[in-house]
Amino acid sequence: MSIFWTIWITVITLTVIIGCAVLLKSANTNSTGVEEGEPMPHTFDGIQELNNPLPKWWVGLFWFTIVIALIYSFTFPSYTANWNGLLDWSSSEQSVKSPEESEKLAETSHSQYQREINDAEAKYGAVFKQLAYDESGAYKDIAVIANDPEAVKVGQRLFLQNCAQCHGSDARGGKGFPNLTDNDWLYGGNPAQIKATLMHGRVAAMPAWKDILGEQGVTEVTSYVLQLSGRRVNSIEAQAGQERFAMCAACHGADGKGMEAFGAPNLTDKVWLYGGSRKAVEDTINNGRNGVMPAWSGILGEDKIQVISAYVYSLSQQK
Amino acid sequence: MTTATNIQPDYNMKVVRQFTLTTILWGIVGMAVGVIIAAQLVWPALNFDTPWLTYSRLRPLHTNAVIFAFGTSALMATSFYVVQRTCQTRLFGGPLASIVFWGWQLVILSAAISLPLGYTTSKEYAELEWPIDLLITAIWVVYATVFFGTLAIRKTSHIYVANWFFGAFILTVAVLHIVNSLAIPVSMSSMKSYSVYAGAVDAMVQWWYGHNAVGFLLTAGFLGMMYYFVPKQANRPVYSYRLSIIHFWALIAVYIWAGPHHLHYTALPDWAQSLGMVMSLILFAPSWGGMINGIMTLSGAWHKLRTDPILRFLVVSLSFYGMSTFEGPMMAIKTVNALSHYTDWTIGHVHSGALGWVAMVSIGSLYHLIPRLFGQNGMYSTALVNLHFWLATIGTVFYIVAMWISGVMQGLMWRAVNADGTLTYTFVESLEKSYPFYAMRLLGGIIFLSGMFIMAYNTYKTISAEEGSIKPQELG
Repeated sequence: MSIFWTIWITVITLTVIIGCAVLLKSANTNSTGVEEGEPMPHTFDGIQELNNPLPKWWVGLFWFTIVIALIYSFTFPSYTANWNGLLDWSSSEQSVKSPEESEKLAETSHSQYQREINDAEAKYGAVFKQLAYDESGAYKDIAVIANDPEAVKVGQRLFLQNCAQCHGSDARGGKGFPNLTDNDWLYGGNPAQIKATLMHGRVAAMPAWKDILGEQGVTEVTSYVLQLSGRRVNSIEAQAGQERFAMCAACHGADGKGMEAFGAPNLTDKVWLYGGSRKAVEDTINNGRNGVMPAWSGILGEDKIQVISAYVYSLSQQK
Repeated sequence: MTTATNIQPDYNMKVVRQFTLTTILWGIVGMAVGVIIAAQLVWPALNFDTPWLTYSRLRPLHTNAVIFAFGTSALMATSFYVVQRTCQTRLFGGPLASIVFWGWQLVILSAAISLPLGYTTSKEYAELEWPIDLLITAIWVVYATVFFGTLAIRKTSHIYVANWFFGAFILTVAVLHIVNSLAIPVSMSSMKSYSVYAGAVDAMVQWWYGHNAVGFLLTAGFLGMMYYFVPKQANRPVYSYRLSIIHFWALIAVYIWAGPHHLHYTALPDWAQSLGMVMSLILFAPSWGGMINGIMTLSGAWHKLRTDPILRFLVVSLSFYGMSTFEGPMMAIKTVNALSHYTDWTIGHVHSGALGWVAMVSIGSLYHLIPRLFGQNGMYSTALVNLHFWLATIGTVFYIVAMWISGVMQGLMWRAVNADGTLTYTFVESLEKSYPFYAMRLLGGIIFLSGMFIMAYNTYKTISAEEGSIKPQELG
């Protein structure tokens, strides 16, 4: 910040604080010309004002807060970014403008945030290392971790904090958020695939077909899609829909069984991410869907993801 | 009241009567909406899947209604009454006072329609969209003209301390409102606008506004009320003239800096957070100056509390004021704030101020005012005033105790960690644990609201009785 702002802010804040002190000192001596305890020589609608002295304890309290304020503002950053305080304390590296910059500063930073992160890493990092690594220093197999009840419990706790917001406390998901307990997977359910999903996230894109298919086309394709999962529909519509399904087959496969590479759902089962009613399916075809699973590697780190992956994997292994 | 009645100037009491009655009306409406949303937090289905009944739209309706419809009507009623009586002159500007009343009702009506419809700037306590903001500005300028005009033509040599506080409130709220509401409309035919500020600057301007709405509207304004109605009702001189001077100037000089304490541990620069914290600490003493001056005014009149429930309202309001202005600086300390922020503790703190201080000092002042405005010698039933006093006190205590427990519990649950460093509780678990306290809060709100209905009944009986037929009563 420029020197102008530093002077501006320092002057006006100190004026307020010191002004309070000066005012306190002057009001604490009687210069009204009226004896203490006597009424002032004016009344307002019958209300008089006594010239009582300021309560001593209150004056002491006021002085105390002024002194504390001055000490604190010299000890900690205040006035402007040009005064970091005698302790050189900071809450975080507030000047960084990118995650890369932040990462670089993390090694040298003394901010409270970085210190707490470092302390937590020192204290708890070992716990996760023990759960995630074997003696040779390599990651334990996720399927192995999934058999360690202690590790699964830790994974569940991490899941509840970080994943339950979308997937639910019981991991059964909701509209737009996959159920993780049913052994039906969009991007594959083996341990490596689960971990890849957690690490890097997934972006699904079902295009909107309204303009291409038209109203009639959407109705027909909907009928065909519903027929795929064994529902009774108008067979003429379904027949027409099947002919148009070629466009859908690019992702969902000719047999409609989906494709893990695109996260394209299997349309022949009874699992519906966005609802299986005719209206919901029509809505999906008309307007498309954009499912997003965020990438967690930068937030949780690989060790924790190894443990969460084991928990998620264990959910569909119990049956 | 003295025998001076027949040499009084020709005061404009019509506008005071109007604002007095709308204070009660809007108090009931605003608090009823509060009770509804408190019930929704216990039973979410109570929004009936209707957009304009959702919590997100009713909550700003509640805050706007109690602050700007109930609270500000009370301030307008009492400031117009006090400024006339302590300046010994009729309100300046003739019909302007009437414009303030009807204009302000229009503002309230626009808010009551536009907020449930979903129009919002999303700035807390400043949700109203730009056309209403412009209307508020216009009406506020008229209000200031009437108030300061009356001060200018006063027949007394000095300006009474109550008017300093009213004046500071009117002036500062104007500045706050204009600066925080600066926005660019999407188009001239659109209700939607976007703030001219962005990012951390936007947050800082918003909380500079937000905290000073508390400081100047809900504190300074109501201190003005206190400085007239406490000595009047107790019939005692104000305790200390010098204390009133120092606590006034210190309060208004320091309050304006306290906003950043709403943004501790955010993207707001550290230096601004520090300043917000130390200014909030200093604020402790000036705030208590007002409480001391009010309570000590009762020296030699404490026995009146036994027989006068109106005085009870005023004294208990000062106690709640003292409590919340102690709590506020404590919560502004960063380490305390790290626990209290984002929890129900904040809601409890706000309501110990809003119910305990703002509402109770207004109610007490109105009970003093109503008989005098409508040619009576007392309220229709002093026993009902007393009942209202107990309902208000118990309701407030229920409310804030529930929120304190819930808030501290939430703060502790959110920070608890297991041996492996994972958080012990999920957010949903803390919510589950809060439910009993949400129910208790609802009960407190219902109790408080029921007192307002009693007030409305008592007021109706007082007004509709034959003039001069009600005699002063004391509690047995």
